[in-house]
Amino acid sequence: MKWTFENGIPIYLQILGRLRTEIASGAYPPGVKLPAVRELALEAGVNPNTMQRAFAELERDGLVYTQRTSGRFVTEDAEVLKNLRKTLSEDVIEEMCTRLMHLGMSREEILSAVQEWAGEASGKAKNM
Amino acid sequence: MAVLECRHLTKRYGKLTALDNIDLLLEPGRIIGLVGPNGSGKTTLIKLAQHLLTPTDGEILIDGIRPGAQTKAIVSYLPDRDFLPAWMDVESLLRFYEDFYEDFDMNKAMQMLQALNIEPRRPFKALSKGTKEKVQLIMTMSRGAKVYLLDEPIAGVDPAARDYILRTIIGNYSENALVLISTHLIADVEPVLDEVIFLKQGHVELHENTDALRERTGMSVDNYFREVYRC
Repeated sequence: MKWTFENGIPIYLQILGRLRTEIASGAYPPGVKLPAVRELALEAGVNPNTMQRAFAELERDGLVYTQRTSGRFVTEDAEVLKNLRKTLSEDVIEEMCTRLMHLGMSREEILSAVQEWAGEASGKAKNM
Repeated sequence: MAVLECRHLTKRYGKLTALDNIDLLLEPGRIIGLVGPNGSGKTTLIKLAQHLLTPTDGEILIDGIRPGAQTKAIVSYLPDRDFLPAWMDVESLLRFYEDFYEDFDMNKAMQMLQALNIEPRRPFKALSKGTKEKVQLIMTMSRGAKVYLLDEPIAGVDPAARDYILRTIIGNYSENALVLISTHLIADVEPVLDEVIFLKQGHVELHENTDALRERTGMSVDNYFREVYRC
């Protein structure tokens, strides 16, 4: 997928967000080797130092680890990955709820709308 | 240690002050954008670094020494206009560079030409503007220099050629080298830059890490530039 960047947000944070999502979703599965900084910088069309900074943050958060000679790998720690999904999903929920409240919905209305959606979604899944 | 340093650097052309008491410290391992409106002093600064001009006051140092024959061996310069003998074919131009510069990597240059399907036997003058720019950039980036001075490397070329040029700059990144890119096409270059220098009427208006600037202002470097230079 092509890399695009939004205005006004540091580019390393946008890269970090994308890589975190790719790790959470399993696009980069546990234990897999990440591309080299230089390679990914070239693909994304960004400065290698910016990519390096995003990688350093991933490493600090324990999402990737470095093996001295062979490169960087995605963590295999299920707990860390679970926490990552939780953090990312909280962001999505917060954003969604904020937008729904802007539309004038109350907390109760949002909750029942989500339940309704989940019911419909599982109904659709059964019919598939 | 800084690989390009300006101390109270001033350049006057008669009564016109092109650069006014500039201080800068630029370190290796960085890709730095030099931006500002026409006439703000970008090309003057680059020409001073390349010893095409001499300071009126103050000094500019490349790797600790004043520009001259010695610094030309470690500075790779891409001027803002066609500068090669146009009757020569591409391969002869590469050989010319190979003879001229000890740090020129002929294999690397030939590989880059091949990747672009540029016929080495074609005369330079027969190439399109975009291809000319690419060839000039390939020649500039095939040197193992400590400082790369790129004066408007993406002006006047189509978006695909622009993309190629920027990727070539990223692909040649070295932690031992400084790349200084002057441009007014900030939006295109922005993701490639570590730092940006805004020049305004011969002064350094701002010199900052690009991500820090985006965070501080909540704007892209391009948008912030438009704000600072609003007419």
